[in-house]
Amino acid sequence: MRKALAVGKKEFRQIVRDRRTLMILLFIPVFFLLLYGYALNFDIRRVALAVGDRDNSVESRALVSAFLNSGYFDFAGSVRSSEDLGRAMDGNVVRAALIIPENTGRLVRRGQPAPVQVIINGDNANTAATVMGYAITIVRSISAGFIVEQRGLNLTPPIAIEPRIWFNPELRSTLFLVPGLIGFIGMITATISTALSVVKEKERGTWEQVRMAPINTVSYVVGKTLPYLGISLVSAMGIIVAAMGLFDMPMRGSWGSLLLATGLFLLGALGTGLLVSTIADSQLVAFQVTLILAFLPTFLLSGFIFPIQNMPRPIQIVTYAVPARYFLVALRGIVLKGVGIATIWGHLAALTGYAVVVLGLASVRLSRERG
Amino acid sequence: MRRLLFMVWKELLELRQDKRMLPIVFVAPILQLVVLGYAATTDVKNVPMVVADADGSSASRELVQTFDASPYFTVASVVRSVNEVAPYLESGHAWMALSIPVGYGELVGAGRPTTVQLIADGTDANSTNIALGYATNLVASYAQDLLAARLPGGRMPAGLTADVRVWFNPQLESKDFMIPGVLALLLIVMTVVLASMGIVREKETGTLEQLNVTPLRRWQLIVGKLLPYGLIGMIDIFLVVGVARFWFRVPLLGSFGLLFALSLVFLLSTLGLGLFVSTISENQQQAMMTATFFFLTPMIYLSGFVFPIENMPAVIQPFTYLIPLRYYLVIVRGIFLKGVGMNVLWPQALALLTWGLAILGLATLRYSKRTA
Repeated sequence: MRKALAVGKKEFRQIVRDRRTLMILLFIPVFFLLLYGYALNFDIRRVALAVGDRDNSVESRALVSAFLNSGYFDFAGSVRSSEDLGRAMDGNVVRAALIIPENTGRLVRRGQPAPVQVIINGDNANTAATVMGYAITIVRSISAGFIVEQRGLNLTPPIAIEPRIWFNPELRSTLFLVPGLIGFIGMITATISTALSVVKEKERGTWEQVRMAPINTVSYVVGKTLPYLGISLVSAMGIIVAAMGLFDMPMRGSWGSLLLATGLFLLGALGTGLLVSTIADSQLVAFQVTLILAFLPTFLLSGFIFPIQNMPRPIQIVTYAVPARYFLVALRGIVLKGVGIATIWGHLAALTGYAVVVLGLASVRLSRERG
Repeated sequence: MRRLLFMVWKELLELRQDKRMLPIVFVAPILQLVVLGYAATTDVKNVPMVVADADGSSASRELVQTFDASPYFTVASVVRSVNEVAPYLESGHAWMALSIPVGYGELVGAGRPTTVQLIADGTDANSTNIALGYATNLVASYAQDLLAARLPGGRMPAGLTADVRVWFNPQLESKDFMIPGVLALLLIVMTVVLASMGIVREKETGTLEQLNVTPLRRWQLIVGKLLPYGLIGMIDIFLVVGVARFWFRVPLLGSFGLLFALSLVFLLSTLGLGLFVSTISENQQQAMMTATFFFLTPMIYLSGFVFPIENMPAVIQPFTYLIPLRYYLVIVRGIFLKGVGMNVLWPQALALLTWGLAILGLATLRYSKRTA
């Protein structure tokens, strides 16, 4: 234990001496949270809509104004020809178009089917799906209005929906993204801080000294990890508090469970870095492996942005190896839903398991290297 | 020229020496694209639901069946009362709860209006928004069928219908939108890393002095450093475009030649960026942190890869013009999905080229100060 502390103290001194690294580890996370938390959102804004009203009847004008007054669309110009529309869509000036063919009004008055065309730019499938939903709802309700007006039928729908949204009633995507950002920043900072530790000594030739030093591998690993755990825990809690102050992230659960989840997660992240460091032969490879193991999966496979349950089964299995996956469920559960350890214990257990496995593997690799 | 070739040869030998290097630069991009390409989907399908069916009539079961039969929802469990749904939503086992009140079947049978409640977990605001839209349309069209059955003639009077066409991506698959993005991301990750460690590594091991005293000119040294990485990047372009086209079947509507040429321009900017990082860092650890934090992370978040730039606050938007990935994404998506050519893409191509030359120039300047 005393030896572990000695290694820790030496490591800590080294960190403090390298000012740029220390500043990056402590302050970059907060800066990132500020920048990205502010910059990123998925809230769907008004869609630039081009209108081609070839009918120009009472009915077609009512439909156009229903689109423009819905709050979802902005008038972006009239469509004259299809080439015109093609160019506008290619250049992203227009994201959707409403085309009402001639005689639509007459068909509606006669009670005949009258299709109108809605064209949506699908390059962002997500926005397109939402816009499609809006468009269908608008056309349906306008159409029902015409039928009621012209036939005097009672078309009150027999089933009404009363939607209620829990945990995030205004559906602010920021509340979804900020916990993800916290996980991402925490993972990257922690992994990077240990990823070069061992391989650096190997490359510089100081590894021989470590090999000869009279300490066992476990104390060495503990000593290498502890100072960084302290630093990254401070910076992680800092960004969590900043998120609450800056982005109105609520705190509905207990601080104790939050601290526990964060600590376990960071331990796993530091272990990942250490493991990479023991496997790689050069710092270049260590850097690359870190990006491949930590940077990209934490971004794409953790449920940060892309819901895991939409992924194909084999990929879902891969995500079980991504610690951020468990941390995000725990973090969102604690801060947004106010759940206790009883609900998320499975995720905490998985985080513990991950940390034990990576730190264990790193120790095994290290003791083999030290011969 | 011969000196330059020697320099390139030396770099290639050095890369080959590291036995983990080659699998990483060639195999990892393929594996990554396959895994991440499947993962990067924002499609909302099979939303897990819990149903609180307090009515338990055949009419309520029919409504539940309607949800379960839709590709967008999966009924995970059925409980008796709305008070029992909270644990499902809290643990995330269900994202949405449908609550059917007592007496629902009777009211619907008598043709009187009734209300069902949809409780959604708003945590994932985006998916919730889409899922609520699907649910609303599902119930509305089910209700319309019920209504139509009671009307004279047994069907709804005809009226306006929306004929929706989605351009560039008719099946509304986010896959086609995301995979070109993942491809660009992988290219950037592979090449920035290589180049950012290039010079600082020699600095750290002390071999930079030796290089400086060789009769190589500065530009030869830099070109010699970057050319091998450029070669690796070129091979990676073929690999990832191949995977996107033939494994994921993302349609490549435009010309491959143009895509390749513009990808090379993109490589110029990523390699230049890496080199720049290498010249401003004291050691490899600093290079790694600088590259990751100040270059790779902003590229992912601010390039429009997943987060639409038009959604960002007006203060942030101008900064996205500084990000080369922004232009390359427009190029890749344009060539893949829209089949557009140089007549549309020239501003992006020009921006990338300017960016690449500027950063390379900057890196060369920094390098010379160091050796002078």
